[in-house]
Amino acid sequence: MSSETQQILTTDGIPLSVSLKKAERKNKIKAFLLVVPLLLFLIITYILPIGDMFMRSIDDKMVTNMLPKTFSAMEKWDGKEMPPEDVFVGFYYDFKILVENKEHGKLAQRLNKEKNGFNSIIKKLFRQVQRNKIDEGQSIKEQIMKVHKRWRNVEYWQAIKRTAPPYTTAKYLKGMDMYYGPDGSIKQVSEDRRIHRILWLRTLEIAFFVTLFSFLMGYPIAHLLATLPMKYSNLLMICVLLPFWTSLLVRTASWMILLQQQGIVNDFFVMIGLVADDNRPEMMYNKVGTYVAMTQILLPFMVLPLYSVMKTISPSLMRAGKSLGGTPFVAFWKIYFPLTIPGIGAGCLLVFILAIGYYITPALVGGASGTLISNQIAYHMKTTLDWSFASAMGLMLLTGVLVVYWIYNKLVGVDNIKLG
Amino acid sequence: MSKNAEFVKFDKVDKSYDGKVLVVKDLNLDIAEGEFITMLGPSGSGKTTCLMMLAGFETPTNGEIYLDANPISNIPPHKRGIGMVFQNYALFPHMTVYENLAFPLKVRKISKDNIDKKVDKALSMVSLSGFENRMPAQLSGGQQQRVAVARALVFDPAVVLMDEPLGALDKNLRESMQYEIKHIHESIGVTVVYVTHDQSEALTMSNRIAVFNDGKVQQLSSPDKLYEEPVNSFVAEFIGENNTFGGEVVELSNGSCKVKLSHGEIIANPISVKSKGDRTTVSIRPERALINPENKMDNNHAGTIEEVIYHGDHTRVRLNLLGNSEFILKVPNSSKNLDIKLGNKINIGWNSQDARALDPK
Repeated sequence: MSSETQQILTTDGIPLSVSLKKAERKNKIKAFLLVVPLLLFLIITYILPIGDMFMRSIDDKMVTNMLPKTFSAMEKWDGKEMPPEDVFVGFYYDFKILVENKEHGKLAQRLNKEKNGFNSIIKKLFRQVQRNKIDEGQSIKEQIMKVHKRWRNVEYWQAIKRTAPPYTTAKYLKGMDMYYGPDGSIKQVSEDRRIHRILWLRTLEIAFFVTLFSFLMGYPIAHLLATLPMKYSNLLMICVLLPFWTSLLVRTASWMILLQQQGIVNDFFVMIGLVADDNRPEMMYNKVGTYVAMTQILLPFMVLPLYSVMKTISPSLMRAGKSLGGTPFVAFWKIYFPLTIPGIGAGCLLVFILAIGYYITPALVGGASGTLISNQIAYHMKTTLDWSFASAMGLMLLTGVLVVYWIYNKLVGVDNIKLG
Repeated sequence: MSKNAEFVKFDKVDKSYDGKVLVVKDLNLDIAEGEFITMLGPSGSGKTTCLMMLAGFETPTNGEIYLDANPISNIPPHKRGIGMVFQNYALFPHMTVYENLAFPLKVRKISKDNIDKKVDKALSMVSLSGFENRMPAQLSGGQQQRVAVARALVFDPAVVLMDEPLGALDKNLRESMQYEIKHIHESIGVTVVYVTHDQSEALTMSNRIAVFNDGKVQQLSSPDKLYEEPVNSFVAEFIGENNTFGGEVVELSNGSCKVKLSHGEIIANPISVKSKGDRTTVSIRPERALINPENKMDNNHAGTIEEVIYHGDHTRVRLNLLGNSEFILKVPNSSKNLDIKLGNKINIGWNSQDARALDPK
């Protein structure tokens, strides 16, 4: 009896849930097939590259693959005293293969990054091995230690051991202006060489202020857009969207024309007597230029979500507030403003996230004091070709954005965000 | 306590939005203290504009509005102390029911204890006690409506304006809310100005009704007078159902006139005809025309039944009478077995007193 009441059957006697699944299956497959192209596209163009970036940023397999016997022998070495004979034996045979394949140069380069001085001693060892000066019948440790005095220095062997793990977080530390010391501890870069931390802070600062300025300017515009009669609001909407339809580069270039020292804005200031002709302020190639240009460029991203939220707020709410005795300010602050928070949330999040990774505008108008972390990433990708470092910084930026998003979720709640 | 008969006074008020068209034309209207007055009219007739001017959201283009003898055109809405119930309730969606009701009290800097008491009282008045912590979205349409009414009354305003407050409710709920609002009005004696385009709502609730059309008040009188004695063909048409005959006055004597139609003649009560030869529209309420009248009536004509629609409590019969094929009769569903069948010819009679000769359409 109880099992009958638990399971509802269709008229044909099939359990209802089974029958329902069967009936819905076709629709589900159809729906899934429709999203498959986008899903594949996302995986190929987004998930895979991020995964690849991550692998690249922590990859340190080169030495691991070059010196397999050395590292297996090193496992038993405590890393304090000079390594025992079998480490040297392993290293010797590994090195011999490298010499045959002419790959010892790469090893020297990589180890030299770990510790200065490897370049010359590997070259010396290479000549010895090439001329078959090492007698495999005798102690290899003694012979290698005789090649150069640095081979007798335990620090160099410690450096080799440090490169043993196939993965490293050194690039991330470098992004934070830190590095691994000889003993494996984390150390700060000397103060005058800490460039990345300044860039991170500046990126956050500029993103924050650009968001603030966009909000302060975008809110009234969005309100006007939402309340004006259609024929005016359309015109205003075009004015807001016009920048969207113009190339980013053109817009940035026009800001350069406007803001330069002999530019239109400065000419105007001189004309109205605000500044002396021989003392024109620099408004470009510094933070001011970055602020002005980025705020203008990102403004639509603030205005549009705000507008879409404000459009849904019935004007009768403000009227109700006033008719109930609230002054216009009280009605705005207690009724209108709280209702626009979802739009503020969406707008601020959009602008902040876009600003934090902005590249072209700061590169063109930012000068030295207005460049951001993304410019540094581009520099390492194009100039130093240190892709793994660029990947590491890219991922740090992505993590930063996710952290912002998380904090945001805690403060405002993602459900409260309306993008349109 | 003497009631002020001119508590709210519209004095020669004109309103134009674009400087070309007058939405409200020379409005003169006195509203007595404690009165329930309804502004009734089709959409675009200027009734809502009048309400908005009274609330302070629109300024009169000309003339002045007085509240308790004080001109209020220059007083901003939040200082007028007029409660308002909006068409879509306009409850603040981010506030609970309690916060919604407390809003007008908080801005008046009333102490927390008093706020609690007043909110309690207002909620029990609309029988929503215990709903303090609900959000407006969690309430049904009728409940939201009650909250809106409570909020408009909670700060004891002298006048409450209601702008088609029942428009979004279904029929049954609308009717029960009509009675509820009427009862609230009776129990607290506040002056209510109510705007609607629904005539049955207006007839049910009001002390007086102002029928608006084309920016003007067509008639201002009590519901029964409005229905029984419309002063022009617009009011007759707009309020209730109405059979009309267009014709020309051929005889005019004291208290009655003879109107010549395209087919035949009828005797009517001259309301707005002045002289012989005037064009006129004669209006007869469907329930005033009887089938086979027992008493002798001064209008008696035969018509052909063209359509019969069963309505439960009554049957609507459409006749072709004196060349008017839209003549409607309402026959009560009684045991009297009448010969109402499609195509039958029947005798219709009415008193000339009930056939009102109004202005031509």
